[in-house]
Amino acid sequence: MYRYDEFDLAFVQQRVKQFRGQVERRLSGELSEDEFKPLRLMNGLYLQLHAYMLRVAVPYGTLSSRQMRKLAHIARTYDRGYGHFTTRQNIQYNWPKLEDVPAILDELSSVEMHAIQTSGNCIRNVTADHFAGAAADEIEDPRVYAEIVRQWSSLHPEFTFLPRKFKIAITGAPNDRAAVRFHDIGLQIRRNDAGEVGFEVIVGGGMGRTPSVGTTIRTFLPKQHLLSYLEAVLRVYNQLGRRDNLYKARIKILVQQTGAEAFKDLVEDEWLQIKGGALTLPAEEIARIEDYFAPPAFETLDANQPAFEARRFEDRAFARWVRTNVTAHRAPGYACVTISLKPEGEAPGDASAEQMEVVADLAERFSHDEIRVSHEQNLVLPHVRLSDLAAVWETLEAHGLGTPNAGLVTDIIACPGLDYCNLANARSIPVAQRLTQRFSDLQRQHDIGELKIKISGCINACGHHHVGHIGILGVDKHGEEFYQITLGGSADENAAVGKIIGPAFSYDDVVDAVDTIVATYLELRRDGERFNATLARVGHAPFKDKLYAAA
Amino acid sequence: MPLLKDGEIVDDLWTPLPEDAALTPEGDLIVSLERWLAERDSLQSRNGRLGLRLKSDQSPAQIAEDLSHFDLIALEFPRFGDGRAYSYARLLRERYGFTGELRAVGNVLRDQLFFMLRCGFDAFEIANDNAVAAWREATSEIGLTYQPTGRGGASVGVLRRPVTAGNG
Repeated sequence: MYRYDEFDLAFVQQRVKQFRGQVERRLSGELSEDEFKPLRLMNGLYLQLHAYMLRVAVPYGTLSSRQMRKLAHIARTYDRGYGHFTTRQNIQYNWPKLEDVPAILDELSSVEMHAIQTSGNCIRNVTADHFAGAAADEIEDPRVYAEIVRQWSSLHPEFTFLPRKFKIAITGAPNDRAAVRFHDIGLQIRRNDAGEVGFEVIVGGGMGRTPSVGTTIRTFLPKQHLLSYLEAVLRVYNQLGRRDNLYKARIKILVQQTGAEAFKDLVEDEWLQIKGGALTLPAEEIARIEDYFAPPAFETLDANQPAFEARRFEDRAFARWVRTNVTAHRAPGYACVTISLKPEGEAPGDASAEQMEVVADLAERFSHDEIRVSHEQNLVLPHVRLSDLAAVWETLEAHGLGTPNAGLVTDIIACPGLDYCNLANARSIPVAQRLTQRFSDLQRQHDIGELKIKISGCINACGHHHVGHIGILGVDKHGEEFYQITLGGSADENAAVGKIIGPAFSYDDVVDAVDTIVATYLELRRDGERFNATLARVGHAPFKDKLYAAA
Repeated sequence: MPLLKDGEIVDDLWTPLPEDAALTPEGDLIVSLERWLAERDSLQSRNGRLGLRLKSDQSPAQIAEDLSHFDLIALEFPRFGDGRAYSYARLLRERYGFTGELRAVGNVLRDQLFFMLRCGFDAFEIANDNAVAAWREATSEIGLTYQPTGRGGASVGVLRRPVTAGNG
């Protein structure tokens, strides 16, 4: 893992001190709420429906046990005993007091964490594949470059007042687990014909009101030019991105209105001017950061672990969990474990302080001290020996963390919705809770197989409904909550935006509607066919017929 | 509006030329882009220095050829959230080699000063009663930077590099 050096530490400490001063100026009345707003937003502090919300950056979703314990401590000391892991691999605290925030930031800096740029119109926390450094299909560890980008983007003087927020995601594997085609910039690590490693650069993806799949503007960018190329994209966007309309200010609109080809030319022209300059990454600098992410010392193990296989054979519950929540690791005898934060009837992504501590202990004992936060709002233990899986599972089970549903119909992404957010039109979490209850039968869930449901409480799409196989969007109709359903979205390498199936459903009816869609899929699917494949084959009509037959 | 330069409040020796006002034969004038484009000959034949004020949708790229005529360029921040001028400032300094006064005007706030300084601004019209104290704080509270912008000190990347002889 990356460790702060003296510069990083001094930088974050100075930043905390600066914010402490700003909070003092606010509390003394020297700053009005209006004047304070842009300052607090640059430190991840939002004013929500009921209270302040603090969003803490988890750079590229990687945490150590020590950091996770600190997050638990903060939840217990300054909040109501829990935290909420987000789709951007961050954690949010929903009930901090303003006067406590500087102390929280101090605590965070003691474990090399901060809340810088988790909000505001700047380059946000960079996200990456949650199986980075462990996945069997990886070309290179994307966190190396995510860390390089994190440093470059920290309080960037030119790009702190962009037209709108700016999100960068990086994946090192061909199977995209970081949704790179739905970010302002997505970087896909590629190997070219000469065997060199670089990046495919994708721009203008996004969700929100105008969902769009990003466009590739460069198929191969040599690594040493990463920062100069990013600077070129950002400079074009900062100058030309729309500032007259909040809803048209993201880079995707600029790309669409300029035309992808013309936009690419603008970027390439700008890049030619700065290419090879001060931002060129020396090989030694890449190697220096790579050292931090060197793989842990894996033991030489047999890929076949008899005790593990026997347990799997004898214990159906364990076998079920292994089937969904355990993923192939690059090292023989190891696996990646997904810890579901989606137990039946709970808010997706929430974890109590005790649960965070359980995960921290497990990581320390069984996963080389590493934890990941996934953009699907789960946690990951990336490096677990197959022979330890049973012990890990038993502990998780004992603490409400063993739900065997990763990737299944109840592994739902949902935004905070009307319960917390002042932008929302409708509740999201209660819909997710009711769906997890409806589909609580584990046998049925496993029969259905991989199926992604995503719920947003408004058009801003924080719950990523556009890319759900089944997407649910809360809308307001004359003061009543309604839910529009989209089918066929996907955030992975087959990126697609879901299409609306028909008229929206009421709060009471939406769960039945999803149930009907799932039942129709089960009826129509061929052996082993995933939801989107069935949908592509049969079209919307059969689903529509079933959904609206009674009407 | 008080003018802050090098951490001090200084007298403003420049006069902005109102849009409809006639040219004065003498004195240091700041003119709009429109005025420059329409009256460049008479502006050049005046006795006095010339400054140019650009709105936030007027890129200096379009007058890159003319920069030698100006001793001052003022870039507008119509509201603090409009950050285009940060890019313009860097282009002026780093690409077009502008060495005159680069002045931030408009909605200039204490908490932006450090960013502006690092992008190449060296003069600030700031509505702050304690502008000098604000400047001192704003330029000292963060002593480390990660981006080589050519201004505001060496970046962390440079500081980290081992010192080798003959390698400045």
